[in-house]
Amino acid sequence: MNNEDVKQQEELRHIKQMMERSSRFISLSGLSGIAAGTCALVGAYFARHAIIKSDGAVLQNLDNDLYISSLNGSFSLSDLLNNKLVQIAALTFMASLVSSFVFTFLRSKTTNVSVWGSTSKRLFINLSVPLFVGGIFLVKLIQFGIVGLIAPGCLIFYGLALINASKYTLKEVRYLGYSQLLLGIINLWFIGKGLWFWAAGFGGLHIIYGLIMWLKYERQ
Amino acid sequence: MNPILHLNKVFDNRIRLGIMSALMVNDEINFNDLKELLQITDGNLASHIKGLEDSGYIIVLKGFIGRKTNTTYKATDDGQRAFKQHLAALEQMINSTK
Repeated sequence: MNNEDVKQQEELRHIKQMMERSSRFISLSGLSGIAAGTCALVGAYFARHAIIKSDGAVLQNLDNDLYISSLNGSFSLSDLLNNKLVQIAALTFMASLVSSFVFTFLRSKTTNVSVWGSTSKRLFINLSVPLFVGGIFLVKLIQFGIVGLIAPGCLIFYGLALINASKYTLKEVRYLGYSQLLLGIINLWFIGKGLWFWAAGFGGLHIIYGLIMWLKYERQ
Repeated sequence: MNPILHLNKVFDNRIRLGIMSALMVNDEINFNDLKELLQITDGNLASHIKGLEDSGYIIVLKGFIGRKTNTTYKATDDGQRAFKQHLAALEQMINSTK
């Protein structure tokens, strides 16, 4: 291979890199996936204990109280927030958000792509829209006492959000999305085992995905 | 035909090539995003933008976000065609020597 050839291949590589960097958020760290997955597993553990300790009463309370209050037309956010499971879920969500942000922030220092640039904003919007709609839908399910569909609903909406967002970040995110969707769909035939599926999706899959991404892109 | 003839002199520079690459996959990009992408100084970027603008390959769009000016750049149809031709020539040259 002569010098000209090397130069042209280098040029093509440069073009490809510039196209990718300008349209995709590449600072997403695999460690963020591992962190979020770990938070999910810890959260699922506490949720399981809360259910066992109360002999299922937490679930029933979530079911009955909210159903009755929604029939009375008095359904409010504080009813929802008073439930132990909802509190655990909210804490888990915040912990995983913060911990995954930290690793991605650190990664952005090495890739030189700011965490709040136009690529990350695009990613954020495309991830948020399906998640937000899913969130409203799930609150409505809870309100009508359809607790069994919450876990599959979380997995399905999250899977769709990831597939949508994968166009704006590392392309492997798409496979994580498909996997979450698959778990969510299977869960529909195992209503009542939702927490296990939830833990497998938000915990297990995140950790596996994160590990693969870390090995592929970040390990020195 | 010799593909070297299809290589475009305007793109014979990593920065101009980078700007065009980014504008091929984004409708519009603003100055600061280009600067971050290419990791160069304001003056350097401005002069290459000027070069591409003079060739008619990109256009400058001046707008506002709130009160701050927001200048964005967009590839023209001419620019897109020229870039595709350049890309095809590059690929052809690599394939022909394999």
